[in-house]
Amino acid sequence: MADVPVHEWTLLEAARKVREKEISSRDLTGALLARIERLNPGINAYITVLPERAMAQAAELDEAQARGELRGPLHGVPMGLKDIFCTRGVRTTCGSRILADFLPPYDACVTEKVLRAGAVLLGKQNMDEFAMGSSTETSCFGATRNPWDVTRIPGGSSGGTAAAVSAAMAFAGVGTDTGGSIRQPASLCGVVGMKPTYGRVSRYGMVAFASSLDQAGPITRTVPDAARMLSVIAGHDRRDSTCADVPTPDYLAAVDRPVKGLRIGLPKEYFESGGLSPAVKAAVSKALSALIDQGATAVEVSLPHTTFALSAYYLIAPAEASSNLARYDGVRYGHRAKGASGLIEMMSRTRAEGFGPEVKRRIMIGTYALSAGYYDAFYGKAQKVRTLIRDDFTSAFGKADVLLTPTAPTPAFRLGEKTDDPLTMYLSDIFTIPCNLAGIPGISVPCGLSPEGLPIGAQLLSNHFREETLFAAAGAVERAVPLPRVSPIEG
Amino acid sequence: MEFEAVIGLEVHAQLLTESKIFCSCSAKFGAPPNENTCPVCTGMPGVLPVLNRKAVECAIRTALATSCSVQRKSVFARKNYFYPDLPKAYQISQYELPLALGGHIDIELPGGTKRIGITRIHMEEDAGKLVHEGEFAGAQASLADLNRCSVPLMEIVSEPDMRTPEEGGAYLRRLHDILVYLEVCDGNMEEGSFRCDANVSVRPKGREGFGTKAELKNMNSFRNVEKALEYEIRRQVELIEDGGSVVQETRLWDANAGVTLSMRRKEEAHDYRYFPDPDLLPLLVADEWVEELRKTIPELPAEKVARLSAGYGIPRYDAGILASSRALADFFEAAAALYRGNPKTTANECIHWKDVILSGRLSPGTIAHAVEDRESGTISATASKKLVELVLETGKPIRALRDEQGLTQLSDASALDAIVDRVIAASPKEVESYRGGKAGLLSYFVGQVMKESRGKANPKVVQETLKRKLG
Repeated sequence: MADVPVHEWTLLEAARKVREKEISSRDLTGALLARIERLNPGINAYITVLPERAMAQAAELDEAQARGELRGPLHGVPMGLKDIFCTRGVRTTCGSRILADFLPPYDACVTEKVLRAGAVLLGKQNMDEFAMGSSTETSCFGATRNPWDVTRIPGGSSGGTAAAVSAAMAFAGVGTDTGGSIRQPASLCGVVGMKPTYGRVSRYGMVAFASSLDQAGPITRTVPDAARMLSVIAGHDRRDSTCADVPTPDYLAAVDRPVKGLRIGLPKEYFESGGLSPAVKAAVSKALSALIDQGATAVEVSLPHTTFALSAYYLIAPAEASSNLARYDGVRYGHRAKGASGLIEMMSRTRAEGFGPEVKRRIMIGTYALSAGYYDAFYGKAQKVRTLIRDDFTSAFGKADVLLTPTAPTPAFRLGEKTDDPLTMYLSDIFTIPCNLAGIPGISVPCGLSPEGLPIGAQLLSNHFREETLFAAAGAVERAVPLPRVSPIEG
Repeated sequence: MEFEAVIGLEVHAQLLTESKIFCSCSAKFGAPPNENTCPVCTGMPGVLPVLNRKAVECAIRTALATSCSVQRKSVFARKNYFYPDLPKAYQISQYELPLALGGHIDIELPGGTKRIGITRIHMEEDAGKLVHEGEFAGAQASLADLNRCSVPLMEIVSEPDMRTPEEGGAYLRRLHDILVYLEVCDGNMEEGSFRCDANVSVRPKGREGFGTKAELKNMNSFRNVEKALEYEIRRQVELIEDGGSVVQETRLWDANAGVTLSMRRKEEAHDYRYFPDPDLLPLLVADEWVEELRKTIPELPAEKVARLSAGYGIPRYDAGILASSRALADFFEAAAALYRGNPKTTANECIHWKDVILSGRLSPGTIAHAVEDRESGTISATASKKLVELVLETGKPIRALRDEQGLTQLSDASALDAIVDRVIAASPKEVESYRGGKAGLLSYFVGQVMKESRGKANPKVVQETLKRKLG
């Protein structure tokens, strides 16, 4: 077997090779920075690349290692973060003009944890503005392109992270998922994306979109890499009141757990959906066969309120966003409109200039949904639907250990294809949204390629805090369905 | 037609905690601008609130002291509006599900006690403040001081149970005293730790239902609240009598002009788009926690007045003054324990020296000794006052000062005998008149003895001795 190029190593391999001094963090980091320099202009996966900082960090980690000091499981391994995680002294834009020059004076909990684990930060990855989008086209820093086909979108909102990992411009990344923003781009870029249980990872320092739905999680090229990353970023944090005080299991060990006897639930509503492409359906069936071949059993389940999930989501998420994004008023930080003659004018012009159209649309939807006289009909009703959706999952998990569904209805679509039609765009998250509303964990694992050669992901869902079951099932799919780990981009 | 007012009061009390309600910044007043701030209370992107347990305890204790029922589950909501002193553009406040509901306090009125209902108690965070360069209208710049952002507040909403400004004042004072007793609020009205808004309407006396109300703001003392209520009630009554009608609005009290002025009408009111704050879990209060806190509730003003009055035989009015401050009442009780002779005099002394006592410059022993010596006739009332003043000046023990200054009275009959004899011997004519029936001359002899003794003789003993010797 020919030598695998450095950038194609898995996260676990890279970490092991640094640890065993087969390669220095400097060489590893240098290799990835070179690749970013070559590929990023065409992909636009990074908003900010940090060559000097990354090399300095690598050098510092090499020296520490020479002293016999290993920081943690990611010692010396270069990776990236979605530009939604605050990084002290490194601009954190959230893909928005309004934060284009924002330098946070603090690190997000996720930032702290990956740095403490010894990771080298290569840069901040592109995303839909304030994580609002499914294609990474709403970023004020330009769209990210899918490394499998640069005329196509990488999915979103964590499209920069998925594209960077897929194009081997990072060994791993951390994204965020409010309605599918980790899983959908992972599916469209042929990588693994995991959204943990709501409360598994601290939201501290992660710019808020919809607080009751937002959750950080890893995007990697393999299931074991995702398991390793989740072990690093998970855990209780007193600074986030919604972060659960539960122990973090050994996720890596869970990946190899046999799936014999595992009950795989197939929610019929997901497969009856009109927009589901035959290629996706076929690929997901392949994943199911792989699981059955390894001793799992299939059972049909019903999630009867699935059809209401999208509507409920597009009330709850914008409502929370309308409040979360109100702080960007030009008073204390971020963009401020020039030449305004008074307070109201300054604030409205700042926001008119600073936010893109999709963000404005959602702020308006959310403001309306919370208005006096409309609250009960919209926000209140949506919360009731949310409870019903959660109940759907609870009863489904009485019959099944994990649910298997497509992650996205189609493979990656073309740039600009859906930008003029927000509703069609919103439908690309139809299979991922219910999971966020219920707060349960979900993972997208590559399970096939479309006839055009585009990656397709299968989504696995489990009950709250049962990420281990997901890693076991996803690991079984990954082992049985061999696919290229790195996108076939010229590099 | 005779009108009556309907008054409800909303009190915002700053909770006496070390740190702010949702972050660990200091909640102290008076720091240089923006010194007590952090990413959380200045609303930086991605930061999250964490509820201060001590603040919740303060609010629960207040609920218990006002007979409210503490809710097992309450919820923090976001009140959304844009203003430069509100960094998140929403205030976190309890809205639909407050911490406590349905209590009351009893207020003392000339005609007896009256029970005022308490609708609810909830917790919220304060906003910052703006400082304008120059006059507000033509200011060149406005500066935001965010020190006060997220300082913990508790809002106590009364039922519309008050009918006169005096009742409003009595309610406020009693509530104020309760909060200070509980040590949940420092009660400082000038620094804004205890603020009051009032809802006022009028209606023909005897009619059920309410008239249209106005909300009064910006009253920063008890007296101002009473004055503003008086003014507003008169204004509304006159408006109706002139054939007009009251409009629902918020009015500001202008203390200098002594009037209330319209600030905003109902139709200009904000739509705050309240919704539960997804960053905070519902606040769950276990019964055990409430019971634990119930044990920390001290004797409250009403109970204290009753006990002091009955236990020490002092007038209710005096007991009320003593109980207006827990420290003063404690001081009185300590002094009364050191000298058990006459609690009434001790109470009077404590009331007389109230301000110095509260400033911590007197010990209960000083007052006890002063009263004891006066009661025993060792010193005069004048000397007693002078000695306390000397204690304040020099810090020396009162009895040492008494002896040093020679302020002891001659109460020893044998020591006085000689002086009395001399006075009698020197005034044969007066003695004759006295014995002849001019009893009024006794004061003449007393005066002479006092003069002879250079004021040190105990007048009571002098009188007795004279009476005895003059037969």
